[in-house]
Amino acid sequence: MPITPTNHLKPVSKDKDMSANHSTTKYLVGVYDDDEVLLNAVRSVRSSGVTVHEVYTPFAIHGMDDAIGYKRSRLDIASFMFGATGTTFGVTMMTLMMGFDWPMNIGGKPFIAPPDFIPVSFEMTVLFAALGMVFTFFIASGLGPGAKKLVLDPRFSDDKFILAVDLGKNSLSAEQITDLMKSSGASEVNTKEVED
Amino acid sequence: MQVTSVVREPLVTNGKTIKDVTNDVCRQVEGSPSRMWFIAFGIALVALAYGTYNVYLTWWEGLGRWGLNKTVGWAWDITNFVWWVGIGHAGTLISAVLLLFRQKWRTSINRAAEAMTIFAVLCAASFILLHMGRPWVAYWALPLGNTYGSLWVNFNSPLVWDVFAISTYLTVSVVFWYIGLIPDLATIRDRAQTKMSKIVYGTLAFGWNGGAKDWSRYESVSLILAGLSTPLVLSVHTIVSMDFATSVIPGWHTTIFPPYFVAGAIFSGFAMVLTLMLVTRVVFKLEDYITLAHIESMNKVILVTGSIVGVAYITEFFIAAYSGVPYERYAFMNRALGPYWWAYASMMTCNVISPQFFWFRSMRRNIAVTFILSIVVNIGMWFERFVIIVTSLHRDYLPSSWAYFSPTSVDIGDYIFSFGLFFTLFLLFAKFLPVINMAEVKSIIKSSSENKKTATPIGAASSVYANHSNKSSQAGE
Repeated sequence: MPITPTNHLKPVSKDKDMSANHSTTKYLVGVYDDDEVLLNAVRSVRSSGVTVHEVYTPFAIHGMDDAIGYKRSRLDIASFMFGATGTTFGVTMMTLMMGFDWPMNIGGKPFIAPPDFIPVSFEMTVLFAALGMVFTFFIASGLGPGAKKLVLDPRFSDDKFILAVDLGKNSLSAEQITDLMKSSGASEVNTKEVED
Repeated sequence: MQVTSVVREPLVTNGKTIKDVTNDVCRQVEGSPSRMWFIAFGIALVALAYGTYNVYLTWWEGLGRWGLNKTVGWAWDITNFVWWVGIGHAGTLISAVLLLFRQKWRTSINRAAEAMTIFAVLCAASFILLHMGRPWVAYWALPLGNTYGSLWVNFNSPLVWDVFAISTYLTVSVVFWYIGLIPDLATIRDRAQTKMSKIVYGTLAFGWNGGAKDWSRYESVSLILAGLSTPLVLSVHTIVSMDFATSVIPGWHTTIFPPYFVAGAIFSGFAMVLTLMLVTRVVFKLEDYITLAHIESMNKVILVTGSIVGVAYITEFFIAAYSGVPYERYAFMNRALGPYWWAYASMMTCNVISPQFFWFRSMRRNIAVTFILSIVVNIGMWFERFVIIVTSLHRDYLPSSWAYFSPTSVDIGDYIFSFGLFFTLFLLFAKFLPVINMAEVKSIIKSSSENKKTATPIGAASSVYANHSNKSSQAGE
């Protein structure tokens, strides 16, 4: 999905000319009051041939992935790979340190004692899996300290459910899409122009 | 005959809407703190200052300032360490295990409980630093390259496992807590009035814009972190118990320790969550979100885990008698009837007898009883660790070296330090961050709030939900 981290969300002022490096994107922003209404609206708008840019909601809506056509997240696979890396790192570290670099006779126990290595291997697995997955999530979603992402209507974080349509990527006219949104339950529909 | 199941009690009362959730939870972040908050914060700071002076004495003059002697080498330090780590476990349990079990009542309490986890683990870690005597070489506990060989840490030692377990636990807990905070920080950012809060919350919100793709990833991350945290939290207290169980001291060398310690950790942690939440809900006027239904659910957990702990105490005693090992038998007889009988009696009364009140619904739903018992349980759990540690040590194999441990003012001062640290951090959290996970509570408003969808005034509501809840809350109060 083309979610571009845009750090310039100021509306375009009219006196500034829109020349060369100041291209803009025009969004149609439908505001809904209810999550289920939005879910049905996404389905109906998409079946009418409109390409939905993104929906912005105060909480996760179950079924939205299917309605909007997103594939399943592969973060679980990433997490497993990071976890496997952690296990390998832990086991290798302990084997090399205890078995080869500086073997110590501790109470006559074997230098390499696999049962004793279980706790630390486990902790390394969890640590790598958790941190690796979270950083993958931050990078994939463009999140980070001070990052700025497209906010078309700040009420998304309160109690409104926002449906955004990129007009440049749709063949239907703004009026037609506005009608589709209104008929699917939008309480208001606004146009927003954002610098790329 | 047809049996109709009872309609589930609502988790959000008084017909709150999604907008109400935002307003009610943001209120204390945006407004200036109440006088109650300032008084509490002042007391916490005084405790922290007095504690810091004692920490200074411990580090500057050495562990001789503690009441330790040549027989009792571990006492208040490790007691406090295990106690705080145990308290921390409830936060992970509420946010991870209850998420895996799809328990919706976790949503109102998971944020504060996770914060409590982090602060409790910090308090626990402070005792590790304190009992080292030379905190400036604390990094020797890590497998770092050095010029002695390299001489590495001993990976056969449970104390080294503990270093890995506690530091992993702290890291993963902080990450889990912060991931949950991001959408709520965005809410505060979008409502911010002052320039300062716009900058601070804008930075902390990580640019969150509530996009469906991000929510989808967020849900995956939360679920997997919950799946990782569940075995992690069990492993942490298991490893803490192995600090004792892998030794050969009678009274410590017990295979029941891992499950028994984990149950005790959940028990004390839920008690601490209750102590904090019962105050928070009143001070911040969040009674509609942290309801009697939540309190009752937590009391049920306390009853179950308290009973598990009780069974473990009795099993330990039975195994000591049944084993036929005279040293093991003596260790347990000495625990119950020796010079520390009063600690053992306090432990039994507070941990095994007191939670039995919660068999009664009226007790589980009585706020005063719950508050008192939540403190009693934590006193009992502190004594449990004290009993395990000190009574097993103070009479060793050589009667000429038998000794009695008494704490000094510095022992007590270091304990006060941890309270000061804990409450200072918790009060700062309660002021500057949302104490309730708004995004999650908003998501259950429809399914679990009193008036379900619309904000009808409570008197006018005629749904089954509203009627049921009115009856049950009257019965409870």
